[in-house]
Amino acid sequence: MQYLPNILFLLALVAGIGFFTRNIRRLLRNIRLGREVAPEGSRSERFRQMARIAIGQQKMVVRPIAGLLHIIVYLGFIIINIEVLEIIIDGIFGTHRIFAFLGPAYDVLIATFEILALLVLVAVVVFWLRRNALRIRRFWKPEMKGWPKKDADWILYIEAILMLLFLTMNAADFSLQQTGADHYVQAGAYPVSSVLAGLMSGWGEGTLVLVERSAWWLHILGILFFLNYLYYSKHLHILLAFPNTYWGKIGPKGAFENLESVRKEVALMMDPDADPYAAPPEDAEPPAKFGASDVMDLSRIQLLNAYTCTECGRCTSECPANQTGKKLSPRKIMMDTRDRLESVGRAIEANNGQWEPDGRQLLDDYITREELWACTTCNACVEACPVSIDPLSIIMDMRRYLVMEQSAASQELNVMMGNIENNGAPWPFNQMDRLNWKDES
Amino acid sequence: MGSEMENKADIPTLAEMTARGEKPEVLFWVGCAGSFDDRAKKITKAFVKLLQQAGVAFAVLGTEESCTGDPAKRAGNEFLFQMQAATNIQVLNGYGVETIVTTCPHCFNTLKNEYPGLGGTYKVVHHTKFLQELLKAGRIKLEGGTFRGKRITYHDPCYLGRANGIYEAPRELIRKLDAELVEMKSCRQKGLCCGAGGAQMFKEPEKGDKDINIERTEQALDTEPEVIAAACPFCNTMLSDGVKGKEKEQQTRVLDLAELLAQAADL
Repeated sequence: MQYLPNILFLLALVAGIGFFTRNIRRLLRNIRLGREVAPEGSRSERFRQMARIAIGQQKMVVRPIAGLLHIIVYLGFIIINIEVLEIIIDGIFGTHRIFAFLGPAYDVLIATFEILALLVLVAVVVFWLRRNALRIRRFWKPEMKGWPKKDADWILYIEAILMLLFLTMNAADFSLQQTGADHYVQAGAYPVSSVLAGLMSGWGEGTLVLVERSAWWLHILGILFFLNYLYYSKHLHILLAFPNTYWGKIGPKGAFENLESVRKEVALMMDPDADPYAAPPEDAEPPAKFGASDVMDLSRIQLLNAYTCTECGRCTSECPANQTGKKLSPRKIMMDTRDRLESVGRAIEANNGQWEPDGRQLLDDYITREELWACTTCNACVEACPVSIDPLSIIMDMRRYLVMEQSAASQELNVMMGNIENNGAPWPFNQMDRLNWKDES
Repeated sequence: MGSEMENKADIPTLAEMTARGEKPEVLFWVGCAGSFDDRAKKITKAFVKLLQQAGVAFAVLGTEESCTGDPAKRAGNEFLFQMQAATNIQVLNGYGVETIVTTCPHCFNTLKNEYPGLGGTYKVVHHTKFLQELLKAGRIKLEGGTFRGKRITYHDPCYLGRANGIYEAPRELIRKLDAELVEMKSCRQKGLCCGAGGAQMFKEPEKGDKDINIERTEQALDTEPEVIAAACPFCNTMLSDGVKGKEKEQQTRVLDLAELLAQAADL
């Protein structure tokens, strides 16, 4: 029976990590439903971009208040994970504060964790107030109703609870160390929880041990829960921000992809030797679909973008169409893409790994034409995204489907395109008059 | 010399120049707006005057120029875009064009970023950058102070700013006018679109509370400028319409940087 806690711990750990792995596999399978594309730039350019934007938080601080608070939570997340390592080792081997042998270095570590935990707690409270008391507009847009709103709040509650459990654990531990209780080695410095320990003065050793153990268990179980919550949440960005900035656009934002499928067609049309009546050879692959009407038509990078989006809404708040009351919200484009991809993934699972069309698609069932046509392609959303998401590229691919596969452009746009085709200008002027301006005063 | 400069023969086409066995320093890509739109033609003429004053040996394509395909591409018609690109690249490569200058950020972006992948690689310069270089080299002289001390605000065109990272050249030109450059609420990376991009110029906007150009014009007018400086013929149209809509055309003019410079240089 002596090893029961160790066994329970190991079981929880294996279950937590196992379930997480299963979800990551699901995520990868879904992303692989997208088209494979060559990434932009060289490997070192991509690494530098990730270092700058994800690790260095460069885009976050464009908005200084949110940026600073985010850096606190981000640093807390990374640094406090060293503590999780100790907890795992202690859990498996039944030791207590296994890193205590580090001596003064351990004091510094624990003190750092504590101060960060307090700062994270403060940041989380401010984040909550920004959402729920200040009601900053971008958090209250139509696409944020229901689950997205709850999700955002729950993340803050979970983070606050984890920090409180960590500090409670330390406070009880510190109290036990003061009384010289068995098993509680004298180690660590507790600048925050020693204050909290004041509230525990007079508690018996049994109570303190119970509090310490409970907090310890709830803390690690909470972390395992949070790890598995990620897949269902916008909070996935804490993992995906890194690959997403790595694969993100590197060249000038104005450079839109030249469709390879169209290139072949145009080359054939411009080739004077090509036989316009030739039947395609029997083994020719079917003609490629132009643009995107569903998630499978998008690239893997665009699908990764959708999973990475943490719904902060900076894109939407900078979008000129959204600012002037149009239906378009770049954040909604990303959320819809993820929702559709998830539903496709679930359908594949329910159907033994095979995709059977379900009569729905990203276009119209999720993203309306009205949204797509409201975009000015100004790149404000792309510029605003702190993790290199490109909603504009999805809008463009869907417009391409509408125009090239469905001929569904508006009459006005068809007139413009007809003019370009016929006279080489978007207006009905004769190409032969192009230089008339030089003779006008 | 001056009257000779204004002679129309001084705007040679690339075909004429090539026939004479000459090669221009730079090809001026006029663009559809610059060729056909009455307001934008003034920008074209102002820029030509500056090129002539600087003694730049330039040429235009004239009737051999055709839409770059930008509005078609942004509307979703990649097919039409690539057809336009193929035709233009054939012409440009046929003449062995190396350097292109253009007053339109949309043409600039397409030629610079989207033509190379289709076989057309050139050095492409936006006219604000080109003018900055001419000033630096002392080829254009600014005398007198038409705009000295005047409040000028600058609207960043999306396809010059965010799309290609050019924020400084146009501002540098305004400083050279000894004018007082005042920034709008949203500028540079956060510059608000005028509402014309992505083929919106050619369609009615979707339903909303307000037109984008009105929103942007309000931001510009908030700075109480005498001039709203633009660097794109489409932005120019949108903002001019906005200023007219606000009945402020008596107080505030919308001018392209080429026009500002040409007026300051008394051309």
